[in-house]
Amino acid sequence: MDGVTGGPEAQWRAALADGKFLLQRAVSSGTVFFPPRVMEPGTGDTDLEWIEATGLGIIYSLTWVSQKPPAPPYNVAVVRLDEGAQLMSRVEGVTPETLRIGQRVRAKIATQDDGAAILLFEPAGH
Amino acid sequence: MGGSFPRGKCAIAGLATFGVGEAPGFTSMELTARAASLAVEEAGLRIDAIDALFICQPDDFFAGLSFAEYLGLSPRFTDNNRTGGSAFMSHMITAIMMLEAGYIDTALIAYGSNQRTNGGKLATSIKTNAWDAPYKPLFPLSSYALAAARHMHEFGTTREQLAEVAVAARQWANTNPEAFAKGPLSIEDCLASRIISSPISVRDCCLVTDGAAAIVLTRTDRARDMPKTPVPVLGAAAATWWNSIAQATDMTTTAAAESGPRAYNAACVGPSDIQSVQLYDAFTINTILFLEDLGFCPKGEGGRFVSGGTIAPGGSLPVNTNGGGLSYCHPGMYGLFAIIEAARQIRGEAANQQGTVDVALAHGNGGTLSSQATVILGSTATL
Repeated sequence: MDGVTGGPEAQWRAALADGKFLLQRAVSSGTVFFPPRVMEPGTGDTDLEWIEATGLGIIYSLTWVSQKPPAPPYNVAVVRLDEGAQLMSRVEGVTPETLRIGQRVRAKIATQDDGAAILLFEPAGH
Repeated sequence: MGGSFPRGKCAIAGLATFGVGEAPGFTSMELTARAASLAVEEAGLRIDAIDALFICQPDDFFAGLSFAEYLGLSPRFTDNNRTGGSAFMSHMITAIMMLEAGYIDTALIAYGSNQRTNGGKLATSIKTNAWDAPYKPLFPLSSYALAAARHMHEFGTTREQLAEVAVAARQWANTNPEAFAKGPLSIEDCLASRIISSPISVRDCCLVTDGAAAIVLTRTDRARDMPKTPVPVLGAAAATWWNSIAQATDMTTTAAAESGPRAYNAACVGPSDIQSVQLYDAFTINTILFLEDLGFCPKGEGGRFVSGGTIAPGGSLPVNTNGGGLSYCHPGMYGLFAIIEAARQIRGEAANQQGTVDVALAHGNGGTLSSQATVILGSTATL
């Protein structure tokens, strides 16, 4: 992360804006965690490294939030990444009928209306 | 287990609720202070006997300071911790440790909100964290929906079983004059209600009401000389496992699985000794999760456990005998109301009194199933 200043959160966001989905790994334990921190949660170990995420994971849980018709419901999902870390996101290109807990998904980076990068998911295999 | 607790050394000497349901024209602080005044009076004290204040208001981050000023007190200690609706159970732990150490003599724990008549929505300035916010989960509802969806996936829990919790709460409320939501409510009514964030529907959600509550805590030996029979605190414990539900490695087990056993250990009782169970039911899934985590049924069996009226009037385990947050009242934070119903059952003063109750449990939940705190109250016979 040469040339990037700021804490782990700023570094993560800068990488995402660059099209990279990073995760932190504690060198000693090998544990991968999210969100980014200045130390490994639970041990306090500060010897950390960035790795590029495979982007693959499964839907651990999901909910569909109703909106005022005719706007369709949108999903909020908790994704368990293959590396072991977990995060909240949204799965694109799915419906309440097709998306299910346990389904494999793959990360993709999109741009929000305000121009900021956002981490989303889509069914793996697309 | 860690952590020693002065079993039974401190007791609830006074308690009160005020403005439960709708209290038009009152500010939150007025409701809180009125409940405080009634609780202090019941303990046979004047307000200037209070030397420690514990409060957590919906709309005031400096509530401890505002409360001291409002009451005209200069307390030795004020605390407005922010663990959410479980704050009041945590307050009890802090107050009891300070009472036992002799740092304070008389603690007042209070809460009040006018959120129903002043807007009609959950009054909170708490926001979803920066990692979760871009995905627009409803705060806090979608987090509970995620837990419910996972519970259904792992254990086959059904919406009918969630509805059983709401129906049982309503049945208790129907015979509690103080309860806000009354009238018939069927499983079918619940299933037909609008989905907000699947699988949670309108009827799976707690009320939005006004209401205030307060308790006075002091050392049990002193409380014995006060007008009301003391309600000793046998054990209490708090636990925090996460803030965001996205960080729950096991979304179907809450930190109640830690706070419960630690509280039981302190109180020298187990789940089978509990005669009255008050659980923080912000959503119907809460009751199911906490029944499991507090040892009233095995993990995953909560849905089947509540089926057929087990926790309703006439069932084998009286749960939320006031009607709970689902049908009694929920002015944004419910923890103190659960404590008061447990104490009323011990005193023999509850609207739905369950005979002689010697051991009662009140469990608080805060945030998005984040903070869990369990308090076990006893009669003086248990000391």
